[in-house]
Amino acid sequence: MNFEFFFNNLPGLTLSGLAFGAIYALIALGYTMVYGVLQLINFAHSEVFMYGTFAMLWTVMALGGADANGVELIAILLASLLAAMAMSAVIALVLERVAYRPLIKRNAPRLIALISAIGASFVLAELMGLRDRVAGWVGLDDDLSDYVGKARINNSIAGVVDAPRWEVAGIIVSSIDLLVIFSAVAMMVVVDQFVRRSKLGKGIRATAQDPETASMMGVNPTRTIQMTFLIGGLMAGVAAFLYMLKIETTKFDVGFLLGVKAFTAAVLGGIGNLRGALLGGLVLGVAEIWGSALLGTEWRHVVAFVLLVVILLFRPTGLLGESLGKARA
Amino acid sequence: MSKLKLSLSKLPKPVKIAMWVLLAILAYALPLLEPPFITTPGVDFGGVLFVVTMYMLVALGLNIVVGYAGLLDLGYVGFYAVGAYTAAILTSFHANWPLLFALPIAVLASTISGVLLGAPTLRVRGDYLAIVTLGFGEIIRLVAVNTEWLGERKGISNVARPPSVGGTEGLFEIPHLYWGDGTVLIDTQDTTKFLVFGVLDQIPYYWLGLTVVIIMLFADYLIKNSRVGRAWEATREDEDAAELMGVPTFRFKLLAFATGAFIGGLAGALYASRQNFINPDSFLLLFSILFLAAVVVGGQGNRWGVLVGATLVAYLPQRFREFDDFRVLVFGLALVALAILRPEGLFPPRRTVRAKQLEQELEELEVGTDGEEKAHA
Repeated sequence: MNFEFFFNNLPGLTLSGLAFGAIYALIALGYTMVYGVLQLINFAHSEVFMYGTFAMLWTVMALGGADANGVELIAILLASLLAAMAMSAVIALVLERVAYRPLIKRNAPRLIALISAIGASFVLAELMGLRDRVAGWVGLDDDLSDYVGKARINNSIAGVVDAPRWEVAGIIVSSIDLLVIFSAVAMMVVVDQFVRRSKLGKGIRATAQDPETASMMGVNPTRTIQMTFLIGGLMAGVAAFLYMLKIETTKFDVGFLLGVKAFTAAVLGGIGNLRGALLGGLVLGVAEIWGSALLGTEWRHVVAFVLLVVILLFRPTGLLGESLGKARA
Repeated sequence: MSKLKLSLSKLPKPVKIAMWVLLAILAYALPLLEPPFITTPGVDFGGVLFVVTMYMLVALGLNIVVGYAGLLDLGYVGFYAVGAYTAAILTSFHANWPLLFALPIAVLASTISGVLLGAPTLRVRGDYLAIVTLGFGEIIRLVAVNTEWLGERKGISNVARPPSVGGTEGLFEIPHLYWGDGTVLIDTQDTTKFLVFGVLDQIPYYWLGLTVVIIMLFADYLIKNSRVGRAWEATREDEDAAELMGVPTFRFKLLAFATGAFIGGLAGALYASRQNFINPDSFLLLFSILFLAAVVVGGQGNRWGVLVGATLVAYLPQRFREFDDFRVLVFGLALVALAILRPEGLFPPRRTVRAKQLEQELEELEVGTDGEEKAHA
């Protein structure tokens, strides 16, 4: 127990924890919405996020982000954000089409949907991890060697973004952490309002509450499900962009741990509940960083899982309860 | 297929028993026969078969939890790890017990861990249970990684082996078969010493594993056809209805969890003993998923299907090692294809098949009364 270090650095640790938590929350959104509508754990959502990180990385590399400065750099980063969102959204939609829709149509048991998701997750991760081979088959491995070369190790954009750090009242504040927290919370608010107010959002909530009645009232279930995956994918893309700004490296299997954490965050807040995902993500992020400051970084993941188990014991439906369907308009 | 089954079930009992015995003998003799196509080039066939039996054991245990009681467990490797670590600590790291004394303690420890995990968490709903168990599996592994007392990342070596029968030379030697070009010879150079649990020859471990699997199959048969098995099925199908009918569902769920943990711990301890060495990398979350895949691929709830599933998951990657890099990719593709083409698994239990037929018949009846309306289905 390292109390001295903990209390001396409490604000800085909290800020860093909130930044991690915000990223968890954005990924958790994809889990929680799909769960709310389909009652299925979208295990492959972590890969949706992973492809987003690579889209961001490749865009920055392709546009020469390493030599850019000022406005040019900001433009490149914006382009990479769009690329990450587009990539994640496409992967999420493909996933829905290939791995889920045939099962949903047949009303397959839920466990089998999970197996399909696990399979899809393996396929997506391995395709990224074997991309040097895949490029070799089409004869592009020499031309694209910068992009496909380090297929199974860390790929990094370290040094591209030299973010300012400010000292406020003796605490070092990283501008990236602030950016991550603010943009994540802003995106969450946008999605929350979209689901609450827009026509499509109402369709999503109606389908979550009672798919049969909703479809009788003219809500197209397939389109609603697609929409759910699309929103989840877009948010995973934003999360991927922010993650790359903060962590700067990615790898073909980066999604796994982050996916587990994000799902934990979704369960923590109450699965199916959008605001719960935000709260769960932030709580998880802060608890993790506090825990690793107190006990040592090697206990970070243990803290996260113990927190999950303890919260589920006392609040079996998560912090805010499950309510994608029940949210009032 | 069903015709074959029917004609098999009509055979007189002694014939049936004889067929089972023959099948068992064949299974025991498999590593000695080394039939071509089935043997694994480049990897020790006996060792692969041993791993297959461990997967079978684990799949039987997990089948009780997932298939019979309907509890989704994503952290089964946790129990496997508790069994393996208990055996390793008692026989090598902190004490010097013989394996036979450590084995019951290891199994007991993993059963207790199952009860400790189950007692608070089995009250939460199904999907939460999945994530809580997933967390449990990871906690066990991370604790092992971070605790000096458990060997940290280095792991624990010199785990005790099972006692050999008949000293280092064994009671007698059994020759293997040698498959030449079109000829089959008995190879007297290549022999297995009967029941010497050594370093190189892994066939005795396979025999041990197979024996445990057969015992567990009998136990599984008895428990499935008992009051307990029926209570599990009732709980799985409709928990509230079961509770109203007087089934104490929570206690039976806990029992399923503990039984699953028991078998998982046993498999873990045997694995540690054969491996002689364990470290936290032997207990990655990936294995929980592989175990679950074995159960679901085979057909959850059907013990024979589950055994086939375990065989596929453990054996195929070893057999096709030349595609080493693409193993996980192909495995993932296979899972998606299976889920889409055969959602009930390769060999669904008879009850599921019957229930599905009934559903279809009902649907046809409904269609008959409503004219052609089938849009809602």
